[in-house]
Amino acid sequence: MIVQALAFYLFSAIMVASAVMVIASRNPVHSVVFLITAFFNAAGLLLLIGAEFVAMILIIVYIGAVAVLFLFVVMMLDVDFGQLRKGASQYLPLGGAVGLVLLAELLLVLGGWVVAPSAGTLALAPTPAVEQMSNTVALGHVLYTHYFYVFQASGVVLLIAMIGAIVLTLRERQGVRRQRIEGQVSRRRDEVVAVTKVRVGEGV
Amino acid sequence: MAFLDRTARGFFLSELVSGMALTFSYMFRPKVTLNYPHEKGPISPRFRGEHALRRYANGEERCIACKLCEAVCPAQAITIEAEPRDDGSRRTTRYDIDMTKCIYCGLCQEACPVDAIVEGPNFEFSTETREELFYNKQKLLDNGDRWEAEIAANLTADAPYR
Amino acid sequence: MVSFWSGYALPTIIIILEVLAIIIPLLVAVAYLTYAERKVMAAMQLRQGPNIVGPFGLLQPMADGLKLLTKETIIPAGSNRALFLAAPMVTFLLSLVAWAVIPFGAGLVLSNINVGVLYLFAVSSLGVYGIIIAGWASNSKYAFLGGLRSAAQMVSYEVSIGLVIVSVLLCAGSLNLSRIVEAQHTIWFAVPLFPMFIVFFISGLAETNRAPFDLPEGESELVGGYNVEYSAMTFALFFLGEYANMILMSALTTILFLGGWLPPLGIPPLTWIPGPIWFFAKIAACLFVFIWVRATMPRYRYDQLMRLGWKIFLPFSLIWVLVTAGVLETFGWLPK
Repeated sequence: MIVQALAFYLFSAIMVASAVMVIASRNPVHSVVFLITAFFNAAGLLLLIGAEFVAMILIIVYIGAVAVLFLFVVMMLDVDFGQLRKGASQYLPLGGAVGLVLLAELLLVLGGWVVAPSAGTLALAPTPAVEQMSNTVALGHVLYTHYFYVFQASGVVLLIAMIGAIVLTLRERQGVRRQRIEGQVSRRRDEVVAVTKVRVGEGV
Repeated sequence: MAFLDRTARGFFLSELVSGMALTFSYMFRPKVTLNYPHEKGPISPRFRGEHALRRYANGEERCIACKLCEAVCPAQAITIEAEPRDDGSRRTTRYDIDMTKCIYCGLCQEACPVDAIVEGPNFEFSTETREELFYNKQKLLDNGDRWEAEIAANLTADAPYR
Repeated sequence: MVSFWSGYALPTIIIILEVLAIIIPLLVAVAYLTYAERKVMAAMQLRQGPNIVGPFGLLQPMADGLKLLTKETIIPAGSNRALFLAAPMVTFLLSLVAWAVIPFGAGLVLSNINVGVLYLFAVSSLGVYGIIIAGWASNSKYAFLGGLRSAAQMVSYEVSIGLVIVSVLLCAGSLNLSRIVEAQHTIWFAVPLFPMFIVFFISGLAETNRAPFDLPEGESELVGGYNVEYSAMTFALFFLGEYANMILMSALTTILFLGGWLPPLGIPPLTWIPGPIWFFAKIAACLFVFIWVRATMPRYRYDQLMRLGWKIFLPFSLIWVLVTAGVLETFGWLPK
């Protein structure tokens, strides 16, 4: 158990430290790199509680795709962050208020979990032993039975968002000459190349 | 039918496969490259390589210090100083070629009335320092001694065309 | 003290030895993969290839490695020092950690985790960071363009790789790599899922930044892409990482489609050969195709690369996943 405890404190300490550095570091690219470190350690924590599927999905989706796009955008932007920071202090009350509200809500959720009478049974009930069922299978069983409609609905929401993004950015331009790849691919050598013997002085 | 043919060809990646088959068949063909330091390509008798100063069969150096080569050299790579020797014949006291300036045009060997300065068949004379490429008379004479057989053969081979 | 020794120290030592037993052969394999690539490409281009250092040039990779070790590491002015040095390490490290879950034979695996496929997929999707950070930290336009190209390219092709993996998982019924291999006992998945096999292999080429998808390097347009500014050991780490990733991708192809350590047919003369040998032979065959493709194909144009990924592979593999699921469900072949 000692090793697990050490690993837990290691992961959580690095995670909190890098989360702080996300806000504190001056260079936005460094911020994203620290964000990635935070994600990584979160995945480590998930592994420690035996949720390997969620941990891997966290890495694949958040680090492998989302954070890449963050990094991509931040690298492309040429923003002077010193300039942006100048008026930052005047937003401090608003930002602090939002932070406090979030903290309060978090405490309420955790408190409710601890205080609620059914909490203990909920925590024990649904998970079968690891030997009987890997948590990938368990997640599948829950997602595709109990939460089937919600799961499908969230998929539809994402699809609509994707189509919306495409519709918003797509514009038809007039007079653009496009490459016709099917035409190029379906050309055959004997249709377009002819070998002829050309006599001197006569031309083709 | 032509449509079906095209579609089938596209779907089964026929172009890709035929290209891959071609490169695969090339794997077993004989190599066209020479294994250079061990094998060398043939060179013409007129090949213009490293310079050499030749001697007559009796050991007397051919160069008579006429300075035609120095005059004709377009890159001004040749420096000659001369004075009469004890036996009264005119010979060079200094004959330098700056090989870093030389453009290997061959005008020096064309200008030479006694076939003393020639560009031999040697093309492997790279050095580790720049200074080693400033050839002096001794180096050129040594080259002549080393390559005399090849140079003489090349000159006789090329003689009918001169 | 005894419990400390048998409880912690001994397992740690054993694990370290096991890790070394994987990593050292892997690095030797990487070295000889570069040699094989040069020899095979030379043969296809009617050249000799390396043949001076040692018999048949067999010591050439060692000479190259030694050369890179003794050179000076140059850190360009205006580069981001920490990230510049971290990027090659990330690339190299990621190409090594993936091998923890690869089963070399029945039971021959360092860590037989339940989500092996996802782990490999996660590690290969992280490979993009080394390249994109290298591109940015170099403070060079060519390197930056290379980094951006590779970011977009690898993210795009991961989507189709993911779908291909899903169709394999449908047939295997497990995320565990050893179980996937065992599910191919009757027939390799390359046969029923042949189009997916091709899609996976081509996406693998794009994922490892190999020709004809080597746009992040693009010698003829970007000089050397993301690794222009790298020299000596930092460059060597990139190089090792790239080739180790190639081997990894071949291993993944072998496990998912070519039946891992299983012989082609379960009949005596073939079953006498031990599993790991089959596994390595299949990896070698895949690597040969990697090199063969490089010797054959010209580099893709970037918009064609994106078109292939998003407009052809993605819909095609999506439809194939649906077809696979439908067929398995209709005939009741879904694995339990």
